[in-house]
Amino acid sequence: MSLKTLTRDWEPMSYGFLDASAKRELRRKMLKAVAVPGCQMPYASREVPMARGWGTGGLQVSLTLINPKTCVKVIDQGADDSVNAASIRSFLAKVSGAPTTLDTLKADLIQSRHRIPEEVLREDQVLVLQVPNPEPLRSVQPNMSIARQMHADADYGRMWLQLYEQIVRSGRIMQGASYPSMVNGRHVMTPSPIPRWDVPKLNMAKHLTILSAGREKRIFAVPPYTRVEPLVFDDVPYKVEDHAKLTCNRSGARGFFMNEIPQEDGSSTHEISDSEYGVKAIRRTEGDDIVLGDTWYKNGEMSS
Amino acid sequence: MTIVLDAPRIVITRPLMTLKNVSKSYGAVQAVRDASVEVFPGEVMGIVGESGSGKSTLLRMMNLEDTPDTGSYTLDLPDVQGNLFELDRFARRMLCATKIGIVYQNPHLGLLMNHSSSGNVAERLLVAGERRFLVLRDKAQIALEASEFPLERLDAPPIELSGGMQQRVQLAKAIALEPALLLLDEPTTGLDVSVQALVLDTLKRLQQDRQITMVIVSHDLGVIRTMADRVIVMRRGVVVESGLADQIFQDPQHPYTQQLVHAKL
Repeated sequence: MSLKTLTRDWEPMSYGFLDASAKRELRRKMLKAVAVPGCQMPYASREVPMARGWGTGGLQVSLTLINPKTCVKVIDQGADDSVNAASIRSFLAKVSGAPTTLDTLKADLIQSRHRIPEEVLREDQVLVLQVPNPEPLRSVQPNMSIARQMHADADYGRMWLQLYEQIVRSGRIMQGASYPSMVNGRHVMTPSPIPRWDVPKLNMAKHLTILSAGREKRIFAVPPYTRVEPLVFDDVPYKVEDHAKLTCNRSGARGFFMNEIPQEDGSSTHEISDSEYGVKAIRRTEGDDIVLGDTWYKNGEMSS
Repeated sequence: MTIVLDAPRIVITRPLMTLKNVSKSYGAVQAVRDASVEVFPGEVMGIVGESGSGKSTLLRMMNLEDTPDTGSYTLDLPDVQGNLFELDRFARRMLCATKIGIVYQNPHLGLLMNHSSSGNVAERLLVAGERRFLVLRDKAQIALEASEFPLERLDAPPIELSGGMQQRVQLAKAIALEPALLLLDEPTTGLDVSVQALVLDTLKRLQQDRQITMVIVSHDLGVIRTMADRVIVMRRGVVVESGLADQIFQDPQHPYTQQLVHAKL
């Protein structure tokens, strides 16, 4: 008897790098996460050929959702061309044969770190956000088992304490990213390190958002048409970054989230953070046949 | 013509808090054995006893942090019914936040050391559902003022404060929601004598101004004597004697109490 008689014949592995059982587990956890919006579901985070903290959580979700026909876009800090985004994109294409794109409108699956694209996502699109720290209560309750109880009891009073402290210390709310938000009126989540600018985009959005933390092994979701409300005091309104009046010095786009580019003389100019939107705006002014999608912010104001 | 007189009425004050036949053991150690305590509205109840006599366990149960093996606990308040030990976690937390205030001996137990002092007080209000920043700030300030905390240090984190100040922050936090019952677990132990006197002064003034019902646990007879109206003496988990404070201190009946009172003198 040889080993060959005991084992199955070789057949090609399924696409998407992860084995079938891993993908099945992730699918189940995603369904659970969608069923209870904003609630963190534990999952067995698999090894992927990338270090923890570089988007392994998001990558595993993408690998599970992808098929050879899915058009993929990957963003890192708003840009499609950073090393992390480029390597994740090429990896996804390589293991699944999926086509890739930089254009938000053409993508079926968007994996992102730090930003939600400026163009409105559609019902048929899925946004995957990489989350470094999925637990919004960590800063106010270091004991994770108590934090889990607090989620179960919807005991979120201490989240406002964090905001209180920021106002007392600095005169305003300093939480720049991962702004704690109430999902569907029940669970408080940290919406990954997206800026305050992007949080209103999640509210009643048409697309499905899946947030996944690879190192912390937690997955949670904002299903389409779900309320996402940033936590605020009744008398201190929510404010997004003051970028409404800024103009991108390369594309001329105005009223979007900008990156500040310090200049040698001490001043600074700004560039649109969603780089592909900027590229499209430039190409359109040059006369190319480019479709600019509908944007969430119009003239720097969130359209509701 | 006959005059119908009402039956003579006796003013009966019902106890605010009743703890009945409470027993608690930790493994082989019986911490509290069949203890019953009644506290009437507006009075200060002192619990004395040596270390390990079960007085802190009793207080922890009054704060619903611990569930006894047997016994019942009731509060005579309009919206509170039944045996409080049977409440679920959620109801317990709401009740503790709104009806009961506690000051621990160790401020680390009661305070978030790295948050601001006013934030610590505001936390109580946040748990109870207050979501207006200005109201939180005002109420925190009022509570801190009532516990005679220096307002210029309003936003200093407790870790930077002295022991006496930390106790004042705890006190402010405990009284912020005007609880029906204030529990004090060795509030002045570990403070030096002059600070101790100042904190006790504050407590006394608060008691007089607001008629708060208090339960104060201490092994220090001096503290109990200044504060308490009635006293129970505990030893090895059993209530050995109870009565008016003066009575206990002037004419102790139980040999242990006699020993305790004489040791103090």
